[in-house]
Amino acid sequence: WQWLLVTMLSVCVHFPGLTESVIAAACSRVGQSVLHLDRRNYYAGNWASFTFNGLLSWIEEYKQKVQITESEQVWRSLIDEGEDVVPLSSVDSSISNLEVFCYARLALILLTTNTEHEVSEPEEEQHTSDISEPSQSQEEKDSQPISSPADPPVEVEKKITYQKLVKEGRRFNIDLVSKLMYSRGALVDLLIKSNVSRYAEFKNIGHILTCRNGKVEQVPCSRADVFASKQLTVVEKRMLMKFLTFCLDFEQHPEEYQDYTEKPFREFLKNKKLTENLQDFVLHSIAMVTQQTLTEEGLKATQHFLRCLGRYGNTPFLFPLYGLGEIPQCFCRMCAVFGGIYCLRHSVQCLVVDKASNKVKAVIDTRGQKISCSHFVVEDSYIRDEQRQSTAYRQISRAVLITDRSVLPSESDQQISLVTIPPLESSAPAVRMVELCSSSMTCMPGTYLVHLTCSSSGTAQEDLAPVVSELFHVSTIPGEEPSEVLWVMYFNMRDTSALDSSSYSLPSNVHVCTGPDGSLGSDCSIKLAESVFHHILPDEEFCPPAPNPEDIIYDGDGPQAEGPGFDESVNTEAEEEESNQE
Amino acid sequence: MHGRVKVKSTAQQEEEKRKEREKKLKAFVSARDAVLRKRSAGEHDEEALQLTQQLLSSNPDFATLWNYRREVLLQLETSREKDEVQKLYESELHFIEACLKVNPKSYGCWHHRSWVNTRLPQPDWTRELGLCDRCLSLDERNFHCWDYRRVVVKESGVSVEQELQFTDRLIGSNFSNYSSWHYRSTLLPQLHPQPIHSHRVCEEQLLKEYELAHNAFFTDPNDQSAWFYYRWLLGRGVCVCIFNCLCQLCDLPPGSVSDISNEHNLTVHWTEKYTHRDCALYTGEHRERRSVACVCVCGRSELSVEKSSVLQAELQSCNQLLELEPQNKWCLLTIILLMRALDPLGHEKETLAHFQTLKEVDPMRSSYYSDLCSKFLIENTILKMEYAEVRVFSLSNKNLTTLCHLDQLLLVTHINLSSNQLLRLPPQFAMLQCLEVLEADDNAIESLEGLYHLPKLEEVSLRNNQICKLSDLESLASCTKLTRLDLRGNPVHKTANIDSELSQLLPLVTALSL
Repeated sequence: WQWLLVTMLSVCVHFPGLTESVIAAACSRVGQSVLHLDRRNYYAGNWASFTFNGLLSWIEEYKQKVQITESEQVWRSLIDEGEDVVPLSSVDSSISNLEVFCYARLALILLTTNTEHEVSEPEEEQHTSDISEPSQSQEEKDSQPISSPADPPVEVEKKITYQKLVKEGRRFNIDLVSKLMYSRGALVDLLIKSNVSRYAEFKNIGHILTCRNGKVEQVPCSRADVFASKQLTVVEKRMLMKFLTFCLDFEQHPEEYQDYTEKPFREFLKNKKLTENLQDFVLHSIAMVTQQTLTEEGLKATQHFLRCLGRYGNTPFLFPLYGLGEIPQCFCRMCAVFGGIYCLRHSVQCLVVDKASNKVKAVIDTRGQKISCSHFVVEDSYIRDEQRQSTAYRQISRAVLITDRSVLPSESDQQISLVTIPPLESSAPAVRMVELCSSSMTCMPGTYLVHLTCSSSGTAQEDLAPVVSELFHVSTIPGEEPSEVLWVMYFNMRDTSALDSSSYSLPSNVHVCTGPDGSLGSDCSIKLAESVFHHILPDEEFCPPAPNPEDIIYDGDGPQAEGPGFDESVNTEAEEEESNQE
Repeated sequence: MHGRVKVKSTAQQEEEKRKEREKKLKAFVSARDAVLRKRSAGEHDEEALQLTQQLLSSNPDFATLWNYRREVLLQLETSREKDEVQKLYESELHFIEACLKVNPKSYGCWHHRSWVNTRLPQPDWTRELGLCDRCLSLDERNFHCWDYRRVVVKESGVSVEQELQFTDRLIGSNFSNYSSWHYRSTLLPQLHPQPIHSHRVCEEQLLKEYELAHNAFFTDPNDQSAWFYYRWLLGRGVCVCIFNCLCQLCDLPPGSVSDISNEHNLTVHWTEKYTHRDCALYTGEHRERRSVACVCVCGRSELSVEKSSVLQAELQSCNQLLELEPQNKWCLLTIILLMRALDPLGHEKETLAHFQTLKEVDPMRSSYYSDLCSKFLIENTILKMEYAEVRVFSLSNKNLTTLCHLDQLLLVTHINLSSNQLLRLPPQFAMLQCLEVLEADDNAIESLEGLYHLPKLEEVSLRNNQICKLSDLESLASCTKLTRLDLRGNPVHKTANIDSELSQLLPLVTALSL
């Protein structure tokens, strides 16, 4: 790693999530040298996608909470006169309250006969017990359907077993963050503008659903939906369409809403004579705002939703095949194509600050190397509490489910659905659910990967378990009919999106990026990336289109190294090649 | 700077593209010349197929090449086994598909495809139907594809039910699609025929269709496709023009009509049973020793009770929509038509108010609305006249812009058209063979071509109109009984020697006002 010392880095990006990847790609694209460090062995931090097995190890890692022993002496010697040190946190505490439940049977059992030819595996192999905390193992055993000969022959149906999930684990791409891409959101615009979209494929969300009175039903949001809806009367259809048409250019008609700017959106909806039904649809499923949201914000959200309709289909959303974790990776790839360097399992211990200018001039990595850099971009979770001015976090409650049937079976079983679940009491947060089918390349055939997200009021399990049991059949008593839900994971993730640069006391060339926020789109992360980029390079264009390969002129000494792949060995090679050129 | 990727400049790219294009053009032109030479030499061989294939795959709109290709294929067909012919044409279909990807709206391609299917020993219609569905899912208004699909459906015998479901699907995904609605209107009478009139749709299905149309126009009242479909639904059995009037001058056998009574009732047998008509026979004058009778039949199709209750319900639906969308022209117009079908006289006031709104919200078509309104007012007046059984027809001060149904006013003796906005008395005005007095003051009439050979016309009043030239009055000379003419307030009085000129033109007019 000696060569790293001679590199004069422009930008050092640490712990790359979506925002950091975009900044890195943007900087690299305009010719800055970028070093990307990550203490993990996977990309994208909390934006990552895991295989089922990968997720199990991630859970494992969370349980162990490995503490990296800090060796202060190593870096002390590297500090010169006139330099100060800002240590970084080495423990990621953005995830909490992680709990896992498994409902899948341990082996294939044919319930009709006891002398089945398929051999059921011995029951003591309850590997779930080793991934859960001791306090939970009891619950888990309860929920574990026990396959005993006394089981009544309920139905002849092949259920997916836990073994099968593990065996097919590579077919899963389970995101820690659940988001969709608004067809006209900042992310899609950026992907198109920068030509990064060529690195990924997308699928249109097929259904926009909601859950009312315990029943899952379609939300009429496009013109075709409203036309075809069986739940709405013709007058409701007209009122809804009239309102939606108004929202499309509501700024042109301020007289319609100016009396309501200080009042909640809900009241405005009432005033517009929308029926209770329609108010729910608009508030929860189209604008996706809360009861307290003010009128103008609600109108903006509705407008954004509507403007996204029709660009790529009848719903406003896209989802990247192979999971959301693809997106940061695409930007990483773009960054690498333009010469960015990537190091996994390699992190920064502390920043070296020049006392005179109060600017970061270098960083010291975990191997005791001092790397010069002119800007340092870091994810919020690396910042120690001493550097914080405010610690006003919010939390996001998340649940990840693997199920074996869709919440709303329809003609096609290969649809991605967005389900908005209005809160049961007005104080509780609305829950957003994304059900991914296997053709989205995020789960094995015959299963659905379901993500639930809401802003936290308690732990993730407290917030989301009631919704799970309302929407899915979860078996609680052994011997009852098999559960739709095969596997559940609950966790809380820190939402730092409300913080800005004034929340930290750090040198001006340290750029802190917040983690994933709780909203459905990624606009917040992209806008932040753009503003950080302009802060670093005020005169450069943000992500200009990458040239077509045939338009690139190669130097006499043969083609340049292609962008590094994503596994580490290739990565290192590419880096070495880069370093040789120095 | 290090690490920056060097990219070709725009000028470089342009230059490369230009060279590329030039090369392509050269290749194309030389291939085209070769093909045309071959054709004039009458060569029909495999090579011709290959050459035309090259050219057509880059430009599928070259009709001459498709023609040549057909000649070649017909030639090759004669020397081949049936299996080989099948293969030959199947590969042709594949080729056309590739061409359609280049231009999905190429006339040549679609036409050639139809032709190939007629030549194919065993055409695969399912495949063709699939191709159409794919094309229509990419562009639901590709009329080339619609046309071709009709051929395929006809040939492959797809059931009407399936086709109706097909329109359901297309309308469901986007109801702004005339093609699908129209297709539906052709399928429904086949699938759900009315017991008596097979070209109509049975009531039960009609109600479902009304609902479908409601869904569409409540969702988007500005979309005209659903309104047109709705009008079609309503129009089945309700003639928008409620009069079915037949006026005929015919010869009657001598002696069949007595000269003393001037009115005879006749029984007329009508082939269409469900309309009620009154018939009356009026004798005309004896001319050249022939009894000429004028048979005038006026009647209107009476709505059945069920029909009228359905229309009443539809009127209510539309009124409901109008409450929500008071400015919607399609809704207003449909309401007017429904009101006319139900009770034209009872709704007259509302109809006029709706016409006024229509002219305001759709000023581009205000003249159309005025003409339509004039027509309805004339119809109403005829109705009233019929009930009152009079021969005096008064249409003064009604904002009329046009005259119509003049054929039904054959027996009118006095007509008053004063204070309207008429510009002319059209040629059809000559139908009013019994007219004795015409009042048409305070209009903007410029032309009198309809006042021609009116044998009983005695008095004409045209005060305050726009008659400018003496020649405009020439047709009056053919009205032999005309004695009183009032032309005050017309520009024509400025003509030099107007008095003498007029007395020369119309010597019989004794009371002339200028």
